[in-house]
Amino acid sequence: MSTPVLEHPRESDRLDPAAFADAAASERDVAPLRAAIDRSCRGPVLWFFGSAVTWLIIGTVFALLASIKLHTPTFLGSAAWLTFGRVRPAHLDVVAFGWSAMAGLGCLIWLMCRLCRVPLRYPGVLVAAAVLWNVGVASGVTAVLAGYSTGVEWVEFPTWCAFILFIGFALVGLWGMMTFAGRRAGHVYVSQWYLFAVIFWFPWVYASVQILVLVSPVKGVTQESIHWWFGHNVLGVFFTPIGLATIYYLIPKVIGRPIHSYYLSILGFWSLALFYNWAGAHHLVSGPIPAWLVTVSAVCSMMMFIPVTTTAINHHMTMRGHFGVLRYSPTLRFVVFGAMTYTVVSFQGSLMSIRILNEPFHFTHHTIAHAHLGLYGFYTMVMFGAMYYIVPRLTGREWASSKLIRTHFWATAIGITAMFLLLSVGGMIQGFEMNHAARPLGELVKEKGLLDGTGEFFKGFKMKNGAVPFLAIVRDTIPWLWIRSGTGVLMFVGHVAFAVLMLLNLTGRGPKRQGPTLFSKDTDGYQRAFGSEESPAHTH
Amino acid sequence: MNHGPLIFLGAFLTFASAWLGLVFFPNQQLKDLQPQAVEGSAMVNPRPYTARELAGRDVYVAEGCSYCHTQQVRGGEYNADLQRGWGPRRSDPQDYVHDNPVLLGTMRTGPDLVNVGARFTGEAGTRWHYLHLFNPQRVSPGSTMAPFRFLFETRKVVGEPAADALRFPADWTAADGAPEAGHEVVPTDRARALVAYLAALDRTYEIAKK
Repeated sequence: MSTPVLEHPRESDRLDPAAFADAAASERDVAPLRAAIDRSCRGPVLWFFGSAVTWLIIGTVFALLASIKLHTPTFLGSAAWLTFGRVRPAHLDVVAFGWSAMAGLGCLIWLMCRLCRVPLRYPGVLVAAAVLWNVGVASGVTAVLAGYSTGVEWVEFPTWCAFILFIGFALVGLWGMMTFAGRRAGHVYVSQWYLFAVIFWFPWVYASVQILVLVSPVKGVTQESIHWWFGHNVLGVFFTPIGLATIYYLIPKVIGRPIHSYYLSILGFWSLALFYNWAGAHHLVSGPIPAWLVTVSAVCSMMMFIPVTTTAINHHMTMRGHFGVLRYSPTLRFVVFGAMTYTVVSFQGSLMSIRILNEPFHFTHHTIAHAHLGLYGFYTMVMFGAMYYIVPRLTGREWASSKLIRTHFWATAIGITAMFLLLSVGGMIQGFEMNHAARPLGELVKEKGLLDGTGEFFKGFKMKNGAVPFLAIVRDTIPWLWIRSGTGVLMFVGHVAFAVLMLLNLTGRGPKRQGPTLFSKDTDGYQRAFGSEESPAHTH
Repeated sequence: MNHGPLIFLGAFLTFASAWLGLVFFPNQQLKDLQPQAVEGSAMVNPRPYTARELAGRDVYVAEGCSYCHTQQVRGGEYNADLQRGWGPRRSDPQDYVHDNPVLLGTMRTGPDLVNVGARFTGEAGTRWHYLHLFNPQRVSPGSTMAPFRFLFETRKVVGEPAADALRFPADWTAADGAPEAGHEVVPTDRARALVAYLAALDRTYEIAKK
């Protein structure tokens, strides 16, 4: 394994989450502490994880309904509360604020305790936060289905529901700061930088959008700049940092090697902090907002190549020589799938913010495919991996069935890959047809007097000069939407498998921990995959 | 060395810069935007919404119309928004000064609507909208728009038929929702308000040179 050349003896400590030089002694010293930390985390983290998985199932049902209604609008078409315009935001908000947020907060709590090396204190605060969060999401989704959405995408919950979520988040944030203040002396690992960024940044963006767009709205289109600053930052300063913090912790843990480079982690963190925040207006390319705003967001979106490449190099170089472990470890497989997808989806996103590449794909299913690749292909898969690692450590029981884990992995991995690729094709067809005109704009300006302000708007105009009539675009998109529903069913199967595994584990049906539940029973191969050296972390 | 306070300061500054760039400065630039006066009259463009139109806007929001329809014309060389007849010019920030919240939209499963009130006008336009909302598939074959039959009421005709009862074409059957003899389909208040709002979506006025 390549180690960076470092002068100071303690520099090497910084790379290893365990932060001890003597492997054997370290395991003896730290294992009881680790066990105590895990035991103390049990209540709060399982509250968050259990709630998250429940919301995942509900959110996937809403997803299937929305997907079906896009190609078969008359499906359950008479129920007002299930109309597409309500069930689609219900899906988004449940998978974002129900599943993703609660999975992430559960990880945040456990990672904070492990990295501060102190058992969890004030569990009641965190359980209260989980309860409040569940109340906020449940009431918010009910309101949306009942017709009380605010109409602002990602912020559809009425403000009083958002306020409940805000209190829940604040409790977790305060707990995080108190835990950090009480940490055992030592270096602050890269994961914690990301988690702190979440604790400080997310409340700020959430409060800003609530106040400036809903409660006391600013005038006009500035609302949309703030709106999408928030919308992009839900990924940028909530889910992505938690996902990255989790990857940075779990890859070294599972393979028993430190992260390749501390300095790359620093570069990755700060360049993300600087650029990700500015990217929001790439949701409004060619929109009725100042051009400088779109340009600056496009530039910073492209600059995101820096943190994403940095992180990719760091993760890859850490994994190098250990890809064999992917055959065995569910945690590692989900996490590495997510980490690789993070690179792909971020590169795609950066490119999509350039005007000429944005024009054909804006407003199409291509964007939806991209969004799912990020929130599902990256973040959700990392969260699955995290739960596979963390839950047995909290309950003392391993997973009941490696067959169900295999079902979960393949159903979701194939599902999201197929969904992304095929829905992107559908979106490209939609976009190219929508943007292709029968006659060039210049000709129409001369003939109809458009743009120069002198002609009267020609009312009978529609569809004569678009090469493809709008209903033909709809017709051409439908087969791809059917395929997407199919991939959604596959992902749902994976989720059910996972929910069953969680239920079995939480209700005490699973082997007591001897070692991890692996994909394969080939334990000799598993040992060989780690190479010849023993290392502390591989005992899991 | 304790990096905590330094990290905090760095995180604050990077984040605050984006707040300035995406929240504060755009607001400074656009907060004084006013509708423009129409020469020789008391009107302004865009004109403020009436109470009924605002109620209709609430229906548009509640039913999630934004998830399939945008309200922004892009203009420019690389798309066909103008050629499709969605407007005589690209949309301008001034077009949205009365909107709370602004509903630019992000998907075009259906066409852009910011000028739909200029494409469907008067009573003919209103009647088209009622039929289309009631059964989109019958009015626009191949459409995947959600049916909004729940915005309408089928009832027995008492005395005179209602003035805005839906006028079904002769070839609509009971399966399409045409009422049986002696019955009529009337829009609920929500449907009336929604269609009033759609009729108010007209931003085809010329932007005055400043």
